[in-house]
Amino acid sequence: MKKSTLTGLAFALATTLLPAGAFGADAAAPATAEQMKSILEGGSSLRIGLDTVWVLVAAMLVFWMNAGFALVESGLCRAKNTVNILAKNFIVFAIATISFWALGWGMMFGDGNGFMGTQGLWFLSGADNSPALGKDYMSLNPFSTTEYEGVYSAINWTPVPLWAKFFFQLVFAGTAATIVSGAVAERIKFSSFIVFSFILVAVMYPITGHWIWGGGFLWSGNFRDFAGSTVVHSVGGWAALAGVLVLGPRLGKFGKDGKVHPIPGHNMTSASLGVLVLWLGWFGFNPGSTMSAGNGSAIAHIIVNTNVAAATGALGAMATAWLLLKKPDLSMILNGCLAGLVAVTAPCAFISVGNGALVGLVGGVLVVLAVIFFDRIKVDDPVGALSVHLVNGIWGTLALGLFYDAQIATDVAGLATKLTRWEQFLVQLKGVFWVGLFTFGVSLLVWYGLKVLAGIRVSAEEEVEGLDIGEHGMEAYPNFQPLSDRRFAGALVHPAPALEGQVSAGVGAVPRQAPQP
Amino acid sequence: MAPPEPALNNDAEGGARNERMKKIEAIVKPFKLEEVRDALGEVGINGMTVTEVKGFGRQRGHTEIYRGSEYTVDFLPKVKVELVVSDGRVDDAVNIIVRSARTGKIGDGKVFVSTIEEAVRIRTDEKGELAV
Repeated sequence: MKKSTLTGLAFALATTLLPAGAFGADAAAPATAEQMKSILEGGSSLRIGLDTVWVLVAAMLVFWMNAGFALVESGLCRAKNTVNILAKNFIVFAIATISFWALGWGMMFGDGNGFMGTQGLWFLSGADNSPALGKDYMSLNPFSTTEYEGVYSAINWTPVPLWAKFFFQLVFAGTAATIVSGAVAERIKFSSFIVFSFILVAVMYPITGHWIWGGGFLWSGNFRDFAGSTVVHSVGGWAALAGVLVLGPRLGKFGKDGKVHPIPGHNMTSASLGVLVLWLGWFGFNPGSTMSAGNGSAIAHIIVNTNVAAATGALGAMATAWLLLKKPDLSMILNGCLAGLVAVTAPCAFISVGNGALVGLVGGVLVVLAVIFFDRIKVDDPVGALSVHLVNGIWGTLALGLFYDAQIATDVAGLATKLTRWEQFLVQLKGVFWVGLFTFGVSLLVWYGLKVLAGIRVSAEEEVEGLDIGEHGMEAYPNFQPLSDRRFAGALVHPAPALEGQVSAGVGAVPRQAPQP
Repeated sequence: MAPPEPALNNDAEGGARNERMKKIEAIVKPFKLEEVRDALGEVGINGMTVTEVKGFGRQRGHTEIYRGSEYTVDFLPKVKVELVVSDGRVDDAVNIIVRSARTGKIGDGKVFVSTIEEAVRIRTDEKGELAV
């Protein structure tokens, strides 16, 4: 918001709220210096309060995305694994809460070097006098002139108290962690998933987050990611990819002859509702990343960009599925909507709405192709998490460069880089590379380490019976189990030759890695 | 000499010593169930047990596609109707079922008849024909 507008507002407040004669002065006398000070302080409080309310409400919407993920993932998987999927989605946010509080925030936003934060690491114990914007940020809050003193200076630009910033960033970290749960569903050991999630949110996510939002080397190199196509979605995607590779595909998913056996989800109602919940949650995810209400124009631009990309993503995926696969597969349409949302997450404050629509459309097409691609290379992703978050996280990050608009970057994001589109694109590409290398590499090590130490996959018997019984000792739908659930994918449809003649509790197609006991 | 007519109504001794009861199992298309039930009810055959099953005979399945992979579904939903009737009513019952379940298209189903050794009504201990 322009400084002159706010000064004008302050003046208007002074002259309207204080009627003539209010303090005993006559109609012509201006307010005293003391009165002006109290008005400005009141204005500042009001402003900070408004911004805080916006940040917290947006954070609540992002928190609500956990419900969306739970519904989508459980809907796209089999009934016998529902409890396990719900449990993973539920507990992962609790884990994120603790690990981001304990260490993650400090590593991400603490002052440090270009790689990670080193100060105020533990439990937000570092000094901080937020909100304190100082003279550099007059445009955000001209009432606040206190200079920032503290160790979380990378995020001092947002005019809200420390706990508000923390809560907002926490729900973002939680989103990254829950992305992983979809890709590893139906065969991951619950305990291993818990351990991995702690490490992801306490260490991995904050390090790459520091590079981009915490004042680290990518930020200094002009890499931009407004709401987290890279910071959140690609990071979740890379971690998920590493997990899927170490874990192997579900039993019966791929036949020996190279055939792909579909394993249909058990509840499309749940999946659809879940995507709508996520769509709504994204209205907090993207516009909330301004972390300030401003004069409303920035958040309005961003929310429209967010919505249009979701819409064109759904349409693009529907068209692609209809053309390539002969039918408009609902699960693809749902993935397409999410793909558009993920793709627009980075560029939403840097590009026009028209380009936002285009970014979403391309995302929708990409996600369908990616789902088919991953199946073809024998990477089993039950819910399309890799296609949605990894592929489109990268696409959105690159699209920021391709469609970068300097005026919008200034007016909406407030984060202009003065680079040309091509230069920005190259910088984005560099960021994609480094984040991918680090996250994928470290995740591979962690997953592999967990596999060696404790095992990350359930036994074949448990996988066939269902993780609900094996991991949790209960069923999601007692007294109501479809028979087809307890046999392999393919057993009630044309089975691959290897499966014929096998007892239903036996082992089917050979997975990439032998299942761990 | 013609075989004796089986006694259809109660006799003093009751029991299944002379009469056989027969079990009829009919696999029919699910949407035909009401018609079969109503047709049997019109001639006074009112008890039956119904199960939802999957199966196929000569009827081919159909192809579905999920997230880019095609598969054929061979097992089609059917309904199995089981009822036990006294020997004298079997032919009637079978004919009624066949006529009411028929659509003329492949997949109409089949009817099987087998012999039942004994039947008991749980509420009253009645045995044999009195129980069906």
